[in-house]
Amino acid sequence: MTGVTDQEPGATPAIELRGIGKRFPGVVANDDVNLAILPGEVHAIVGENGAGKSTLMKILYGMQRPDEGEIRVAGEPVAFRSPKDAIAAGIGMVHQHFMLAGNLTVLENVVLGAEPRRFGALDWSEARWRLDAMARAHDTPLDPDRTVDSLSVGEKQRVEILKVLYRGARVLILDEPTGVLVPQEVDALFATLRELKAQGVTIAFISHKLHEVLAIADRVTVMRAGRTVTTVDAGSVTTGELAELMVGSELPSPSTRTTHVTDVPELEVAGLGARGEGDRWLVEGIDLSVRRGEIAGVAGVEGNGQAELVELLLGLRHADAGTIRLGGEDVTAWPTRRRREAGMGYVPEDRHARGLLLSAPLWENVMLGRQGAEPFAHRGILRPKAARERTREVIERFDVRTPGEHVAAHALSGGNQQKLIMGREILGLPKLLIAAHPTRGVDVGAQAAIWEEIRNARDAGLAVLLISADLDEIIGLSDRLHVMFRGRLVAELDPDEVTPEVLGSYMTGARGQVGAA
Amino acid sequence: MSRARSTAIAALRSAAPVLAVLFALAVSSLVLLLIGESPVGTFAAMLRYASRLDSIVSILNRAIPLFLAGLAVAAGFRMGLFNIGVEGQYRISALVAAYLGAIVTLPTGVHLVFVALVGAVVGGLWAGVAALLKVYRGVHEVISTIMLNFIATGLAAYLLAEHFREPAVPGDLQIKTAALPASAMMPSLNWLLEGLGLELRRGTHLQGFLLVAVLIGAAFWFLVARTRFGYDLRASGTNPLAAQASGVDQGRMILKVMFLSGALAGLVGVSQLVGFFGRYTIDFPVGLGFAGIAVALLGRNTAVGTALAALLFGFLDRSAQILDLEDVPKEITTIVQGVIILAVVIAGEIARRAARTQEAVAVSQEVAGEPEAAAAGGGRA
Repeated sequence: MTGVTDQEPGATPAIELRGIGKRFPGVVANDDVNLAILPGEVHAIVGENGAGKSTLMKILYGMQRPDEGEIRVAGEPVAFRSPKDAIAAGIGMVHQHFMLAGNLTVLENVVLGAEPRRFGALDWSEARWRLDAMARAHDTPLDPDRTVDSLSVGEKQRVEILKVLYRGARVLILDEPTGVLVPQEVDALFATLRELKAQGVTIAFISHKLHEVLAIADRVTVMRAGRTVTTVDAGSVTTGELAELMVGSELPSPSTRTTHVTDVPELEVAGLGARGEGDRWLVEGIDLSVRRGEIAGVAGVEGNGQAELVELLLGLRHADAGTIRLGGEDVTAWPTRRRREAGMGYVPEDRHARGLLLSAPLWENVMLGRQGAEPFAHRGILRPKAARERTREVIERFDVRTPGEHVAAHALSGGNQQKLIMGREILGLPKLLIAAHPTRGVDVGAQAAIWEEIRNARDAGLAVLLISADLDEIIGLSDRLHVMFRGRLVAELDPDEVTPEVLGSYMTGARGQVGAA
Repeated sequence: MSRARSTAIAALRSAAPVLAVLFALAVSSLVLLLIGESPVGTFAAMLRYASRLDSIVSILNRAIPLFLAGLAVAAGFRMGLFNIGVEGQYRISALVAAYLGAIVTLPTGVHLVFVALVGAVVGGLWAGVAALLKVYRGVHEVISTIMLNFIATGLAAYLLAEHFREPAVPGDLQIKTAALPASAMMPSLNWLLEGLGLELRRGTHLQGFLLVAVLIGAAFWFLVARTRFGYDLRASGTNPLAAQASGVDQGRMILKVMFLSGALAGLVGVSQLVGFFGRYTIDFPVGLGFAGIAVALLGRNTAVGTALAALLFGFLDRSAQILDLEDVPKEITTIVQGVIILAVVIAGEIARRAARTQEAVAVSQEVAGEPEAAAAGGGRA
């Protein structure tokens, strides 16, 4: 490969990491990580989910302390005990999930925690003047008196960036900043970043979206399984080469698809839609069917209606239009419980929010979603013994690393929690499995195991609706592939033929615009 | 996880209330020292007094409504609902049950059940108002139940004075409902004590509602721990979103649980009505609902814990009576109760964190130890 620059240029790096290691129970999150970010560059860090990017950034931002290794800022060794120390050293972080107070104004949010004071009182005019100067300097027009709740996602992100700059950051860490943005907002973000770069701000950009990385970054560091693999010049690699570096020697082989797809439709959705506030359609005109033995994928940039679609299918959200049929029966008016007990399995996108009772033991978690059905309950009376037996089966078959079924769910690692949920749903023998981002935030080993289990369940005749933003996952697993954009299914593609680039262009709306529907 | 280890973690979790009680004793000792009394002497006098037979009966009697009020609060707490309105719920339901119980004629036993049902239903409906407000209007139940307490107090006073009052006998100035007939009263358990060869002083009664309370406690445990409804309730308390995704309708669950909580609150009033007073008067006991919050907190919202907490509070109430004779301000027991409540919250959080850490350590140790164990096993084979 050309353009590999393992040799660092002469300038003192703005940030340098040497031999960083970090272990969690059962997982090595970072191992011998070496990274040099030069002043004034946009440096992307790429890797698969679970490759250790986020851990690395948390270490750099003082949220976690490394077990070994050294951090240098502008050549000086530092030891951050908390984000405060990192901020003091001029490092700021823009989180993937915004940390803003929605009922406060832009100005209030920006100064929150770093308020300029005069005679003990808040000096609003000083704050306003500084924010104004900053916004003008960085060409980020924002009305400082609007409440954050009234801003779009892209604008909220800009507030986050201003917040960090306001605290004097010269190094900006952005954690998956484009995951929640629509394409125009991505363009706007990149324009802001280029502006910042021109003013000498150093930017570390974490992502797994390779085309975006190549569009904005000067150099790219690739992480794999907790290690830094190499650093390359963005101008001299292709997305394909980067992908190869990310997954190592074995690229996800276009898995020989022996088709098990039957022609019995398990899920049939017609004209499904739901309105949000202000009568705007969040999801509209969804026609979709999933047959037994088939994985139907729904690809899309997050926030394009996938979450709402899942809620509609589960009955957590009221359908304003259309019908849902499960196994031939119209379930549109059914409550969630009836749908779940009729055979809707669900792997939620956020296992802590929707998938687990963290403080409850594993065996109680395995009942969740089927607590009213055989074998876990009989005429409303629980049968803990059956639940414990099933839990042992899940632990055994899905390789959940735990000393037993009595442990509380919060004691398990993320990957093991996810395997528990996967096992619970699959051994519950559903007719349809709705899997939303099933491998998000799990380590590489668990990811492979979960993919394998989904394939096996499919081969055994299960209908699977897979929702994901991970291109490799969705192309690699799906038998049929839909693309969701702005609340609609805008394209149906053949996963055997489609490339990540083509799929990406549909996901961002560059192709297959609405109107075809 | 080894059995010993999980037992240790469980012990750690239930240690919190014990620690809180010990801490409260230490604080009150300090207060006693400050006012120049001997803590040892005071506590010894309290214990001596409380261990008399009539005191034990009194403690049990006092524990009955505290236990029921504690269960009422605990039912809500387990789902994350704060029913602060047990106070108003039991007062309004005691009044209505006393009034309706006195105007109907029913056979013995049936009459008693009727009064209890009226009390439970009225309490449940009164709490249901807060549930409806929460589900359909998003009013937080703390606000609405507190407000409903005021309304209940005013409404009860009005109804008693204007509509439910027994026609006054000349010379009797007390405002009260008509007395419940004997067919609606709960027989005492004195026969049980006498059967055990214990002799009670005249006028001392062990209230029969004790048995009902024990049965309700057992039913509460079964409902929460062993039924799907109980699972839904606990799941909703632990993680409402996950419970919802698992098929629990949160709105209906709130309505059901608040009704259950209010019905238990209603039985608090009933226990006093059919076990002792026989009518609703302006002297009807107040404050049981608020005490129930403390009892539930101390009892960690379990049936057994709530029973123990109710007995402790009953003991403190009873033994306080001797303090006047000992020239010690009896408010010291109120201080003990107050400190217990504060301490149990703090100790509970500390114990929860410690148990959590222990558990995480246990998991990582045993998981890390696994490959070695497997390798060793392979080596032997």
